[in-house]
Amino acid sequence: MEKLLLVLVIILAVIGVAQIAKVYQLSMGIGNKREEEISPAANKMNGALLLIFCLVLFAFFIWELISHQDILLPVAASAHGQEVDTLMNFNWIIIFTVFFIVNFLLFFFSYKYAYDPKRKAYYLAHNNKLELIWTVIPSIVLAVIIIYGLRTWNQITNFEGGEDALNVELYGRQFDWTVRYPGDDAVLGDFNFTMITGPNPMGVISNENLPGRIKELQDEIQKSEDDLVNNILPHSQAMEIEEKIGMRRRQLAKVIAYEQSGRDFSASDDDIIVKGEFHIPVNREVRFNIRSSDVIHSAYFPHFRAQMNAVPGMTTYFKFTPTITTDSMRTIVKDPDFNFILLCNKVCGSAHYNMQMDIIVDTEEDYEKWLLDQKTFAATMVSQIEKKPETGKLEEKRIIAEK
Amino acid sequence: MAAITEAHASQHAHHHAKESFVSKYVFSQDHKMISKQFLITAIVMAIIAMMLSVFFRLQLGWPGESFEILNFFLGDKWAPDGVLDKNMYLSLVTIHGTIMVFFVLTGGLSGTFSNLLIPLQIGARDMASGFLNMLSYWFFFISSIIMVASLFVESGAASGGWTVYPPLSALPQAMPGSGLGMSLWLISITIFIASSLLGSLNYIVTILNLRTKGMKMTRLPLTIWAFFITAILGVLSFPVLFAAALLLVMDRTLGTSFYLSDIYIGGEALDPVGGSPILYEHLFWFLGHPEVYIVILPALGIASEVLSTNSRKPIFGYRAMIGSLLAIGFLSFIVWAHHMFISGMNPFLGSVFVFTTLLIAIPSAVKAFNYITTLWKGNIIFTPAMLFSIALVSTFVTGGLTGIILADATLDIQVHDTYFVVAHFHVVMGLSAIFGMFSGVYHWFPKMYGRMMNSKLGYAHFWLTVIGGYGVFFPMHFVGVAGAPRRYYQYTDFPMFDGIQDLNVIISLFAIMAAFAQGIFLFNFFYSIYRGQKAIQNPWKSNTLEWTTPVEHIHGNWPGALPVVYRWPYDYSKPGKELDYVPQTVPLSPDEEEH
Repeated sequence: MEKLLLVLVIILAVIGVAQIAKVYQLSMGIGNKREEEISPAANKMNGALLLIFCLVLFAFFIWELISHQDILLPVAASAHGQEVDTLMNFNWIIIFTVFFIVNFLLFFFSYKYAYDPKRKAYYLAHNNKLELIWTVIPSIVLAVIIIYGLRTWNQITNFEGGEDALNVELYGRQFDWTVRYPGDDAVLGDFNFTMITGPNPMGVISNENLPGRIKELQDEIQKSEDDLVNNILPHSQAMEIEEKIGMRRRQLAKVIAYEQSGRDFSASDDDIIVKGEFHIPVNREVRFNIRSSDVIHSAYFPHFRAQMNAVPGMTTYFKFTPTITTDSMRTIVKDPDFNFILLCNKVCGSAHYNMQMDIIVDTEEDYEKWLLDQKTFAATMVSQIEKKPETGKLEEKRIIAEK
Repeated sequence: MAAITEAHASQHAHHHAKESFVSKYVFSQDHKMISKQFLITAIVMAIIAMMLSVFFRLQLGWPGESFEILNFFLGDKWAPDGVLDKNMYLSLVTIHGTIMVFFVLTGGLSGTFSNLLIPLQIGARDMASGFLNMLSYWFFFISSIIMVASLFVESGAASGGWTVYPPLSALPQAMPGSGLGMSLWLISITIFIASSLLGSLNYIVTILNLRTKGMKMTRLPLTIWAFFITAILGVLSFPVLFAAALLLVMDRTLGTSFYLSDIYIGGEALDPVGGSPILYEHLFWFLGHPEVYIVILPALGIASEVLSTNSRKPIFGYRAMIGSLLAIGFLSFIVWAHHMFISGMNPFLGSVFVFTTLLIAIPSAVKAFNYITTLWKGNIIFTPAMLFSIALVSTFVTGGLTGIILADATLDIQVHDTYFVVAHFHVVMGLSAIFGMFSGVYHWFPKMYGRMMNSKLGYAHFWLTVIGGYGVFFPMHFVGVAGAPRRYYQYTDFPMFDGIQDLNVIISLFAIMAAFAQGIFLFNFFYSIYRGQKAIQNPWKSNTLEWTTPVEHIHGNWPGALPVVYRWPYDYSKPGKELDYVPQTVPLSPDEEEH
């Protein structure tokens, strides 16, 4: 019923507009005015409106600048961030100046030189001097911008961490972030995507979990093969299972290769994996090793003026030194609930808009204290297995227990 | 030679008489009809894309609110109880972007005005190949249909953003829109590329070979120069997108791994190893950046013509304008990676692209200053076309300036992929190009349809559009500087974004107003086709050749011999001349200098 009414209203509106147009057309015929002959009054009015529009635009801009100051990001909370802000402000000054001058000239000339039948336009085809001026001046300004910008860029993007830098792994997947700390040995353990399981979301490899993973994959393959043998399945479903078996076999080969490589994977034992929020110490360089499980994400730290894409299949890096603790920042922005936030800034699927993680910047002592409370990777694996012995990982449990 | 051409023309005229409906209106090979076909298709596509934008603006302005209209258009699946679904939100954003960039501002803008103006302004009977030209339109039409059809797919249209980065777009399990919707997107774009290449090759050949006697390259109107360089950019860059799309199709269907590696998704570790999504980004932006100029250059060409004609003054610095077009065209090929500063590519590569990108500001600045000098001491007639061209210069300057921030890799770290980017490119290429398109429609409507558009409705349309345009995209810069990422379904999950909510309401209100304002244009356009005042031959007292053809369209454009050109097209208000314009066909008087 509502839709019918809507359609009726639209039809009536169309008829109404058509009638108005008819009246309009008839009245136009009386004056016999040609459309291309713009009357002096219309010219004057539009010229004046252009100037007014320009002034209103400027006023709107200034109003926004003043009224929405508080929505802008607070002071940069990282060492390089302060340099970024200085560079940004330097650019703003140039941009605002050019914006006001050029727009004003454009609209002012339009207003000032509106048509006057008594006047003839000034025939000016070119003027090399003028053109040279406005090629050279932008070139100089841009040279300054480029040199200044690149100097800062080269400083920021030296991704080699310093001696005492904290190496942290940041791992994105649909739709959350996971952070891994290297633990006491300051080395992040190896990883591979074939090792990913529920309790091991980052696919970290340890000496202990390799046999368990092999067993798990073998079991899965066995189960699928049994399915194929014992059931009469439609062709498409059988194909699917066969494909799955193939994938599992290839994964298994990879995992077995790790086991037989004879390499020592114990570096991961003291690694610490956290979700939900993570802590970093103030005034110490943090070097993020950024990875993704599935699609491209982007690790965006607006308060630290830092961002880097997380790309599946490779590790990307970004480093910064936080300079303001969460507590101090809460005082600065006068908001006791303030938190630094890590967001995802590359569209990654339906819940992209809520892929976030809190960052707590602590003093060195608080950070160490917090770190002590966290479970190591080896401990998590044990507790996961204890919690769910039914998942067929008794073998793994036995190995860990033996150790 | 002339005799042969004449015979050809009379044959055309003869042929004209017994044309059937199908060959005249449907499978026409006449450039004027094809141009109208492009324009009407683009208008329909623009209406669809604009409606999509209003839908997602409703969600952004009033997150989680129920709107009957969303339910009406999107149905219970995508807008249950009138609340927009979050997957549909991403589809809307993606298809809005795709349609606007490719179908409206590339196919629509170039297709319409290159087709209409190239033969008319260079003095040619038609395009070099009428048949290819017709194919170009029909490929465009088919790809449009497929793109719109993808909105109606069960699993939703493509929704990874208009850049469709893999692996998101390559893996159907990554999001619903990456299923059939994405396949249709790829098919549609592939056909579109074919259309664009056919068109562009035709434009280049026509401009190089079919100029009439006396029409030297240095006497071409700037519109033609702009179309010429646009076509070259298209021919050189679209094949790269074709390659990118083809590799993506293979990754999706044949199990290759050009873009995929080490992926664990939906509880499965996938097979592909060794590919890199960054490869796709390079290929995509190798088209994607020239594409920006493919969109904006025709608009700038139109503005050059309209500003000069209506200022009654020559365009200032004709040769500098051509030079800056060439410079922009060349530079546009070596700046693509400025979209990828934080993609994980080598930062040193980033610094090279900072340099080349900021260089583009120089020819762009030259163009802007030359436009303003063209207005200076002019005698300006404010036709609706003129108003849109002036607004174009304003948005081109405003949007270009914020580009300086984005081109600077250091600053891009902070504003990359935020609303600042959205604001920037909508102002500099969205608004500017669409203003250029409106300007062109108002200016050449008499040439297309032999009637005039109503100027009063034109004024109303202009003022509401320009206020709406700036009203939408100006506050968006602030949202971006506040750190709000783009392509977010809502911002309510972050206390830090509470402050942008009122701006989002303002933006949405302006967007709705601007959308309604386009109703005025649509009415004016379609009404004027049938009922507008009959046009005279040269309504704007313009110098270019298209105004020497009869108002009624004929095959071959000129009833008699082709016009001969003696001067450049910008002799407005030349000293010593009685009238304030001297058409290109008027010979130089003995003591006259060319310019």
